[in-house]
Amino acid sequence: MAEVKSPAIEITHLGFHYAENSGVYFDDFNLRIMEGERFGLFGPNGAGKSTLLSLMTGLLNAQQGTVHLYGQPVQHKSVRKLFGYVPQDFSLYEELSPRENLHFFGAWAGLNQAEIIKRTDELLGVLGLKDVVNKPVKTFSGGMKRRVNLAIGVLHKPAILFLDEPTVGVDIQTRHAVIEYLKELNQQGMTLVYTSHQLTEAEDLCTRIALMDYGKLLACDNTNQLLQTHKESDLESLFLKLTGKAYRN
Amino acid sequence: MFKLWATIRKDSLLLIRDKVGLILMFVMPIALVLVITSIQNSTFELVNENKIPLLVCNKDAGKTGEEFIATLKQIGMFEITQVSNSLSTEALNTTMHEKDALVAIVIPTNFSAAINEKSTEVSSKALQEFGLTSDSLKRGETKKINSIICMYNPVLQHSFLQSINGGLSSAIQIIEGKNLVQHMYVTLNEKPMPETLQMEILKKNISIEEIPAAKDGSKSIPNATQHNVPAWTIFAMFFIVISLGGSVVKEKLSGSYIRLKTLPTNYFVGLLSKQITFLIVTLSQVFVIFSLGIWLFPYISLPKLNLPADLIGLLIVSLLCGWCAISYAICVGTFAQTQEQANGFGAVSIVILAAISGILVPSFAMPQSFAVIMKCSPLYWCLESYYGLFLERGSLTDILENALPIVGFIIIIQGITIVGLKKKNLI
Repeated sequence: MAEVKSPAIEITHLGFHYAENSGVYFDDFNLRIMEGERFGLFGPNGAGKSTLLSLMTGLLNAQQGTVHLYGQPVQHKSVRKLFGYVPQDFSLYEELSPRENLHFFGAWAGLNQAEIIKRTDELLGVLGLKDVVNKPVKTFSGGMKRRVNLAIGVLHKPAILFLDEPTVGVDIQTRHAVIEYLKELNQQGMTLVYTSHQLTEAEDLCTRIALMDYGKLLACDNTNQLLQTHKESDLESLFLKLTGKAYRN
Repeated sequence: MFKLWATIRKDSLLLIRDKVGLILMFVMPIALVLVITSIQNSTFELVNENKIPLLVCNKDAGKTGEEFIATLKQIGMFEITQVSNSLSTEALNTTMHEKDALVAIVIPTNFSAAINEKSTEVSSKALQEFGLTSDSLKRGETKKINSIICMYNPVLQHSFLQSINGGLSSAIQIIEGKNLVQHMYVTLNEKPMPETLQMEILKKNISIEEIPAAKDGSKSIPNATQHNVPAWTIFAMFFIVISLGGSVVKEKLSGSYIRLKTLPTNYFVGLLSKQITFLIVTLSQVFVIFSLGIWLFPYISLPKLNLPADLIGLLIVSLLCGWCAISYAICVGTFAQTQEQANGFGAVSIVILAAISGILVPSFAMPQSFAVIMKCSPLYWCLESYYGLFLERGSLTDILENALPIVGFIIIIQGITIVGLKKKNLI
């Protein structure tokens, strides 16, 4: 694990709510994620995980409070070079090949042509896409598309990587490969902020997790400490204890 | 610059791989230009060059009916087929359909007698006015001429029927005039008028010379190609709304916009790239369609397209039309929620804008109340600019008053697009 250093992300007195009544409501929300952490955000549907990621990446603007990345307000354009974002949807061009997608997004991430070519070859090799570099992404399986989606997010070697459910809908092999790759990136110094419904991934990947619901932080610590504090034997029991057993829409 | 180049490359690849979009952008307008120009050209030739098939049922007992038929032949407008004079109106109707004739006329039984009687009366009145007397001067009621019945196929357009009526009226006037002159001559000279003099009097000495009022003073005659090729090229340019509008919606729905928003590049690079890429497409459309008009049309018996003398003006107007079409397509894509919405609204709105701008129906044929509405369509200003160059043979300075509103439309539409993108939190 990389050594924990200064705060990578600092959220202070955050206030935010959607215009429509979605149930997600952040009020005086505070969170600090340290450099080099593998931080997991967990919660049921409607907990506000994706909204919090959007606020941390500047896709949504906080109505109150501040979000800082490495001490800079997230709305500053210079901050965009510091982080990578891997959305839950395949946010890429399915008619293009992985290589063409990476070349385009690489240019937008501020890389020059030589860097793009080097990083594209590296990433497609590491993520097992070397044999399909020139095939259109629309012909790929869900797992392959997830890997291209991840490659675009890490192309410019960001200091912070935000991942919104990066393993949803993929097979065991792909999930394992993705988790291992993320650990490798973290060892190289990348801070990971990760959302998922898969509690097993929390134990595998995260150095610290936050359980949240309806925009509120219910618990935040490392897994062992959380289980000890709440006197539960596993994360699922703790999750149900804190968020309830009722259906969520 | 590298970012812009990479984005243009991405947009070009997406465009090339959108086969349906390419067909809509190139094949469909080519087909439209070919079909519509051919149809309009054949209508033009039917009215101006080909003879109109005309059935004639001559029930007249005298020789004036025959003279009338001969005059109709001389006019050169009709391909005359005489049918039996015993046919009833119903039977003539059936014969028309059997012979695929568009028009039939029935010359009434008393045609010669009535024309003769009218000539006698008018010539006598005239001689009396001159102070000359005539033995043949008769007073009393003139015999009423039964109308010449003109039966026509209901599919005929009113304007076409009017030109047929014009031809028939000319023939009647010639016959009446000829009879009147003959009658006066006989009355005065007590002998028939010599054939040569008769021809001399009736000969048309003053012809009508048609000169198109072109601004460059050239006398090239506008034709179906000069009208249709520029008009349908504009239609084709605006029809990129299907491909470009749909592509903008697809980018929004796929989440690419969201991802791009997290990257350290301004989205205006993306907008600029789309405009450059599709401007190349619209200019290619212009090149392809105009090339067809110049090189293919003469091989398929259609009039050749004559390019305007001001080629720089043509390039600038084409750029403005293309840019306006692209701005409109991006705007539609920005506000549409789904690709179906973008395609449906885009296609229908372009057809409506084309209709009110004079591409589908000539603007001069529209009611006065449409004068303001048509000016609200950017296609109207594009069409007026092209017509100024192609038909009036003007230069860029001559058509500035039509080209500048296109710039105005571009600014307004792009402004609306940026407001829409900001409101939807996409940039």
